[in-house]
Amino acid sequence: MTVTDSQKMAYVAAQAADARVNLQFETEDGMTLNMGPQHPATHGTLRIVAQLDGEQVVRCEPIPGYMHRGYEKLCEVRTYPQVTTLINRIDWLGSFANEVPFILAAEKLMDVEAPPRAQVIRTILFELSRLGNISLFLGDLGIQLGGITIGFYAFRDREFVLNQIEAATGGRFHPNFDRIGGLKDDLPKGWIAETHLAMERMRRLCDEFEELVLGNEIFQARTRGIGVIPTDIATSYGMSGANLRATGVDWDLRRDACPPGLSYDLADWKVWTHPDGDSYARTWIRLQEVRESTHIVDQLLDSIPAGPIMAKVPRIIKVPEGEAWVATENPLGEMGYYVVSKGDLVPFRVKIRSASFNNISVVPWVTRGVFVPDVITILASLYFILGDIDR
Amino acid sequence: MRTWLTAGRVIRLSSADTPTTESSEDVVEAVRDERREALAERLTTVLGDAVVETHIRPGDDLWVRVNREAWAEVAEASRNRLGLRFFDFLSAIDWLPSPFGRDMDAQEDLDAGASSSEPAPIVTGYAGGDTRFQLLARLFDIDEHIGVTFKADLPDEDLSAPTWTGTFLGAEWHERETWEMFGISFTGNRNLVHLYLPGAFEGNPLRKDFPLLARRVKPWPGIVDVEPMPGADEEADGDEAGAS
Repeated sequence: MTVTDSQKMAYVAAQAADARVNLQFETEDGMTLNMGPQHPATHGTLRIVAQLDGEQVVRCEPIPGYMHRGYEKLCEVRTYPQVTTLINRIDWLGSFANEVPFILAAEKLMDVEAPPRAQVIRTILFELSRLGNISLFLGDLGIQLGGITIGFYAFRDREFVLNQIEAATGGRFHPNFDRIGGLKDDLPKGWIAETHLAMERMRRLCDEFEELVLGNEIFQARTRGIGVIPTDIATSYGMSGANLRATGVDWDLRRDACPPGLSYDLADWKVWTHPDGDSYARTWIRLQEVRESTHIVDQLLDSIPAGPIMAKVPRIIKVPEGEAWVATENPLGEMGYYVVSKGDLVPFRVKIRSASFNNISVVPWVTRGVFVPDVITILASLYFILGDIDR
Repeated sequence: MRTWLTAGRVIRLSSADTPTTESSEDVVEAVRDERREALAERLTTVLGDAVVETHIRPGDDLWVRVNREAWAEVAEASRNRLGLRFFDFLSAIDWLPSPFGRDMDAQEDLDAGASSSEPAPIVTGYAGGDTRFQLLARLFDIDEHIGVTFKADLPDEDLSAPTWTGTFLGAEWHERETWEMFGISFTGNRNLVHLYLPGAFEGNPLRKDFPLLARRVKPWPGIVDVEPMPGADEEADGDEAGAS
């Protein structure tokens, strides 16, 4: 029959086309899988190339650079106050936290110190940007693993934190609020009480997350024992923040090496560690970090001293000659600036050490031999912001 | 160091068990820094002749300049014998004063810091240096909470150094970045390919003699507001609008 014949021909043609496509994908070692630069499983435009053998990953290489903006070069032609506008965009979920280490480095070189009121407010805003950042992680992790609900919860409660940042600084995403020697403005009226309420919301989100996600059997099956990173490997790659604490290292820059200019010594909180080093541990650490962060904010809100918010600094800022390294515990991990000044209006060289760059460089090591869906889990739990890798 | 009196209600409830070194130095107004001096001494004994110069800024940081030939041994000894196990970063500095000035062509900015036309001499920073390019790396001791910034001179005719990837796995990406941004190669790093830039990119962007094209094409307006406010006098801004 002619109909079946033509159907047969169509089938053969389709098979031939499939074979051609497969030939392009398949290499000697199996299949090459490209995730990104545009892919639902990526944040931003991180491209991941994985060589597969069946379902297992043989080799997995992240390819950054699709959003490289050359901030280190651009910093060299901007004056010190102008630099904060750029570096706001490095980790765009916790923007204020990016400004602080650079400003502290400039303050160190100029030997000025912000007044205590500015220091405390600075610390509060630093913690608020941490909450804004990590609460998105909690929601995003659920979405990546197939649980949509917690994503909506996280975005709902994150608004309260962003509203507080906006009320104080005028910007939800890019505050550009920190200045050499203090802050741009004082807090608005009624802000403290509202921030207490927002902290209450965040703590409720943490409880919800714990019930909905951490206790979930499917979540545990997908994260426990997945992507285990030992302590030696973590320090050797320079992983920091929650990723390092999840390997059992009791190390938090806020407590252990807090640079002058932030007043974490006024608050009492706990630095949590987890011995497992797997995806579950990293998630758990971040959840506790949010909880402790709300407690830090609550304590600092009650101990804001009176006084000015700006030290006396010259109108045109010339930073004396010298070199300074300042690192702070940012939401994603240790972020530092190595600033070289030649006594000019502009920095001579700024080396930006961003947390995600080191955290993601571990991916080729940790994904060796895992299954394809676990790559998503590992990437989501390592938690990166693309701007923080590419700078 | 603290210049402001503590104002308001202050509750000291820090989680840290021990007082930080900063607070103890506040009292003495110390010029000495025993911890960092001791670490510098240990580094010198372990590394021997590899250490060229050290510089300590009390209460802040320790800079150590080492020989380029011993660059890999420095990492190995620091990690395995001195406890500096945390790899912070690895990069480089180009000490050449920028031939393009500050790329600030607005008259106000030029007046604020007049730049001379003859090329300025190369002046290196802490712990000295004799060459244009210097390697810059930082290691940290997680237990003792102390860090060291390492530097190494690179002669212009041979911009290469031994790799750190044998000791610190994370150095691979940093060396790739340094390689493409400064043109410094690392012997022993087998994966020295472009990280950020496209494969066919020419030049090393972070070198000082690499022009920032955006600034070459369109001068930075500086503190002059080139865009007239809506409703501003058209004639007054006529020639500026025509120029841009």
